[in-house]
Amino acid sequence: MAHDATLTAATTVSVVLAPALIRLFPDCNGRLELAASSVSDMLDELDARWPGMRDRLRDSTPRIRRHISVFVDGHRATLETPLKQGTRVYVLTMVSGG
Amino acid sequence: MANDIHLLIGTRKGTFILDGDADRKSWKLRGPYCETWPINHVKADPATGTIYAGGGNEWFGPAVWKSDDLGETWSHSSEGLAYPEGETPIKTVWSLAPDGNGLYAGVEPAGLFHSKDHGITWQHLDGLQKHPSRPKWMPGGAGLNLHHILPHPSDANQIWIGISSVGVLHTSDGGKSWQFRNKGTRNDYMPEDQRYPEFGQCVHALAMAPGMPNRLYQQNHCGMYRSEDGGQTWESIEPGLPSAFGFPAVTHPRDPDTLYLIPLNGDVLGRYVHDAKAAVWRTRDVGKTWQDLRQGLPQKNVFFNVLRQAMAADPLTPAGLYFGTNTGELYASADEGESWTCLAEYLPTITSVETLVPNR
Repeated sequence: MAHDATLTAATTVSVVLAPALIRLFPDCNGRLELAASSVSDMLDELDARWPGMRDRLRDSTPRIRRHISVFVDGHRATLETPLKQGTRVYVLTMVSGG
Repeated sequence: MANDIHLLIGTRKGTFILDGDADRKSWKLRGPYCETWPINHVKADPATGTIYAGGGNEWFGPAVWKSDDLGETWSHSSEGLAYPEGETPIKTVWSLAPDGNGLYAGVEPAGLFHSKDHGITWQHLDGLQKHPSRPKWMPGGAGLNLHHILPHPSDANQIWIGISSVGVLHTSDGGKSWQFRNKGTRNDYMPEDQRYPEFGQCVHALAMAPGMPNRLYQQNHCGMYRSEDGGQTWESIEPGLPSAFGFPAVTHPRDPDTLYLIPLNGDVLGRYVHDAKAAVWRTRDVGKTWQDLRQGLPQKNVFFNVLRQAMAADPLTPAGLYFGTNTGELYASADEGESWTCLAEYLPTITSVETLVPNR
């Protein structure tokens, strides 16, 4: 991935994105590594790669959308949750709809 | 694509399109589009043929989808479609209205946005949020939604909007400031001596007469009304109707005296068609008299309703009428409502119906 060249000595994390989200951004395969020191940073990085993705995951409060789960080290995270080197972050859709 | 008319259908589970021939007798259904998001309004810009679909997804929030190829491919955006940090976030897009300068979007909680680049980015017209009465606005059963937008056909600064449980507002400065236009409309949910307030009336639908922008029709939760002065005063035109309660109101494409409604059986008895028999009601004399149009519509055990944006007219001659039901049927008339056929069934709940006739 071309963006790997932009990774720096800052915290590098791996990210797994929900299938329903990937469908909205057809050139996204759903698994990537990026540099981010918090969940909020991670959303900014995702948005830089796929414009509009931040709005799909975060509302204007700002906070993670009610029916989106971001898991960091096995726990639901907030935008402020810090990310450690090598952490795997899961961005998931919750049971929702009808 | 060689089809002569397209019906744009918003549903709780995506956008559908019915392609019709010149005779409006042969139809083919496509969809669902927009990733089966709940879509409240699908509307085309007749000047460009671009189709827009506004809605909101429980996971991913509000967005406006767009297609430049009659629905074959879609993109989505909500850039700028947001309130300032700390305010209640936008839940969904309720209504869309193209004008000569771009595209308007009405959202829930009630607000108005405008796009000058065909739905790629949005600017907030924040006059509604700054209205002195705003803290007193209370949401109705469907939320505090801005569900109808009527731009003036020749004056870009004038717009009329409808907000549930708030009423009709008008701007003459492009959305910077707004004035209520509710005089004469009733609120039966208030004490007897307070039934004509400045605001708080539950407008269900607004329609502008063709060629007469100051003639407006309004289906309200409590009554059916006409205005001849741009909404400054309203007159009841409900005598002759089986019920004053309904949702959509659609004008004829050329005759300003003709209007179509679908009255329901009232607001406390299930809100389905009157007597469990489907009928479209038409006036040809600005609401003085009404006729029920039933030929081809089911007349036994009918318990559907038709939502506020789920009826439309086409610009052809004679005018075609279309409505979609909450039970997923799409009915059509190619003869100004005289007779009807069912074009589709088993769709998700239909939230909106609009027409697109290319090159018209």
